[in-house]
This record gives sequence, structure tokens and C-alpha cells, in this order.
Amino acid sequence: MTEAAAEPLHETALVDLHRSLGARLIEFGGWLMPVQYSGILDEHRAVRQRAGLFDLSHMGELFVEGPGAGDALAAALVSDPRKLTIGRAQYSMICADDGGIVDDLIVYRLGVERFLVVANAGNAAVVSDALTERIAGWDALLDDRSLATSLVAIQGPAAAAILATLTDVDLRSLRYYAIAEGMVGGVPSLVARTGYTGEDGFEVFTDWGRGPEVWAALASAGSAAGALPCGLGARDTLRLEAGMPLYGNELDRGTNPYEAGLGRVVKLEKPGDFVGREALERATREGISRRLVGLTVTGRGIARHGYPVRSHAGGIGVVTSGTQSPTLGRAIAMAYVNPADGEPGTILEVEVRDQGVAAEVVAMPFYRRPGG
Amino acid sequence: MVPTDLRYTRDHEWVRIDGDSATVGVTAFAAEQLGDVVFVELPEAGRVLVRQAVFGVVESVKAVSDLFAPIAGAVEASNDALAGAPELVNADPYGIGWMIKLRISDAAELADLLDPATYEKLIAQA
Repeated sequence: MTEAAAEPLHETALVDLHRSLGARLIEFGGWLMPVQYSGILDEHRAVRQRAGLFDLSHMGELFVEGPGAGDALAAALVSDPRKLTIGRAQYSMICADDGGIVDDLIVYRLGVERFLVVANAGNAAVVSDALTERIAGWDALLDDRSLATSLVAIQGPAAAAILATLTDVDLRSLRYYAIAEGMVGGVPSLVARTGYTGEDGFEVFTDWGRGPEVWAALASAGSAAGALPCGLGARDTLRLEAGMPLYGNELDRGTNPYEAGLGRVVKLEKPGDFVGREALERATREGISRRLVGLTVTGRGIARHGYPVRSHAGGIGVVTSGTQSPTLGRAIAMAYVNPADGEPGTILEVEVRDQGVAAEVVAMPFYRRPGG
Repeated sequence: MVPTDLRYTRDHEWVRIDGDSATVGVTAFAAEQLGDVVFVELPEAGRVLVRQAVFGVVESVKAVSDLFAPIAGAVEASNDALAGAPELVNADPYGIGWMIKLRISDAAELADLLDPATYEKLIAQA
């Protein structure tokens, strides 16, 4: 086995803070990141019941600006960012010519000619390069501020009340998938009502060096409400319960948006060509050969990434993510299966250590927040 | 400090020897490294294990770890309480979080287990 030449890991501006909080740090997407502080279950429950604080500074922040920015992004991505009103966001994807997913993204419209594209850490450089190439013919410029931006999130039912004490942004009028400029704990910020946990929550973008101030302000304001620092471990169980895909697990270059159940994100009706259009139009005509489904394990065991899935009809599939759901108290998973095996109620078998364990196809999300 | 009345393995298991019977569990260090344990799978009584055989599995939220027989023996009992309360492994790894009891088949193998001081050194270097 050969190992790829290891690049030095990036560290966020908050890494010393994480260490002082006793975090366990791991490599993720080329970054040294906290995977847990007090414990994944503890942190998970804090976000479901109160609030949790996340350092997401590993994410990529790509600003696209210019008179042609909207058209450029519409040609580069599968969604239509031109449709966004200023201050709103959309979930999007950047695909390759063959329709394979290069990354899933959130696109925020900050101004008439100004957009922010947020990419996954492990893909940020690839997305930055691809976008630069794809917008080259348009009157728009890309400013990759991934290494100049800190991103701190506060998520959970108490998140709005905690953040409200620190900001001049009117959170009551800031809708889900909206973004506004303002101060947070005295730091100029972009405040977005987005997240990856299935809870109400906010993501706060600031200059790199000021991330620790924002974190400290949120931690201090949140302590009375029982907010906890949360690592990537809880982030993963939270997003899985919320039925949200993770790039590298559910999404990759060999998967198209329709297989992932994200066809709604692809705007084939938008005017103009875009990268992947032909392949994606073909995919809608020809149909898909596998489909992402949610599973709850009804037998004894936990379905994990990579475990085989079998159907009584002879179909085979594979688990992409799986864990013991802290909220539901049972094992849940996402898996690619034969489309014929994908109807809710279908009983499948996950192969757990050479034994078939029963699992039922269920509609996602596994968890929906009260009133959400 | 690890309990001084136990023997240990390099796989971070402990062994409590009581006559010709041995109780096996995972150490506090292992439990801490695993994180929140959410699932434990143990063998039925009567199963005969060779030394280093995988006798079960302990799963945390993020990780799956095999359990290895520290010595050869027949399973006398498994800790059924862990099926419904796997968190006992974190709460009390040397006590009610025990895994299995073995009937020792070859007492000579006990000499290969680590004494507390050696194990203490091992985890200090980990």
C-alpha cells in the first residue's frame, strides 16, 4: 500500500480554543478539526434540545462578483442562482460533464452582482478551480476566501435567542436560507439562517482572525442556555437524522443528482447551457439504476458505511452512512438500492458481519424538528 | 491508575482471574477512545474460543471494534445487560460493563497477559 504524500493539515483560527476545551482533533478534508468535546451523544442532544456551537471554518468560501456573476454561476452550476433575491440562498451542486456530482454547495446572493458559494472543505480547491475555469468567459471574478474566512455555527432550538443578544441583525425577519450583514459580538459578520443539523440555526461568516471572538461571544451567551461546543461526530449524526447527504458518502463523482434524490436541485428548464446539462437531461429520459433511500434497521445491529444491502427480489445495494440514532434510539442508515427496492415499507437485509439484518425502507428525514 | 488486581492485553482488554474462571472486559482507556458505546454483540454461553478469536463487537457512535479472546476458553456467561444498556461500558468498564466470563482452558496462557504496571506504561505511550 502506498500513501499519498501528506500535505500539511490546515488549522482553523479556533484550533487552540478547541484544544483548551479538550477536543479530540482529527484530520477531515485536509483540516485538523474537532471530532468531539464532551462526547458525541451529549453534543447531539444539546443541539436537539438546546444549542450547539460548531467551528466550520474548514468550509470553502468562494465569492463570485461582477455584472455577469449570476449568468456565470447559472452556467457553472445545476441550479439557477439568478432566481435568488438578494439576501436569499439556495442548495446547489456543481456537476461534471457526465452529470457526476463534483460537490454540493450553498449559494447565497449577497448583492445584485455578488454571490457567495460555500463548498465542502475537501472539495473547496477543486470547486474553486472548476468555477474559475467555468466563469472565465463571463464578466465575473472569483475570490477564493476559504483561508481568509472563519465560520462559526450555532444550531438548536435556543440558537435564535442566544444569537439575538449579540447581533444587530433582525433574526425574526431573517428567514430560513437567508443571509444578512451585521455585527455579532462586535465583529462584522455575515449571518445566515442555514445549517446541517435539522434544527433552526445560524452560520456566522467573519474574517479569519476574528473567528475566536465570535465563538467566545456565542459560547458565553449560550452557556446559561446549556449550549455545548460540538464536533464533527455530532454534526454527522445530526445531519444523518435530518436526512441530509454528505459528500463522499451519499454524493460523489460517480453519482448524479437524480440517483441521490436531489433532482429538484437541477433546473433543466433554466435558460442557457450549463455544465452537465446534456448528461442530466439524458438521465431524466433514461431513468436511474440506483436510488438513495433511508433505512431503519429493525433487526439487531448497526448498518455502517460500505455494508452490503440485499433485497428479496435479488437486488443489491450498499449502505452509504449509518449510525445508532441518538434521538430515535434505533439504527438508521442511508443506502443506494435498486429503484424497485426503494419504496417505503420494503423490507431489505443489511449484511452486518456476514449476517443478514432486517431493515425497512422509510421516507426521510428520519427526524423532523417540532414545528419544523 | 488502572486497577491493580487485573491483567491486561495490548488490545486494551482486562482479565480478572478467579480460580479457573476469567472475566473479560475493555479498559477505561478503550472505552474513552471508543466514545459513547451504543451497541455490544457478545457470544452465547458454551462457545469455545481460541486465543485471539474475535468473540464479539463493541460499537460506538462512530467506530466498530472487535473484541478478542485474551486467552482460550469456553464462554460461561455473557453480560446480557449490555444489550439493553451498552452505555454501561463507558460508565463502569471494570465493573458492571464486563463482557464475558471464560472457563480457562490453558492456565499457561495467563503468563502472557500484561501486569498493571506494563499496561499503564502502554497507555501512557498511546
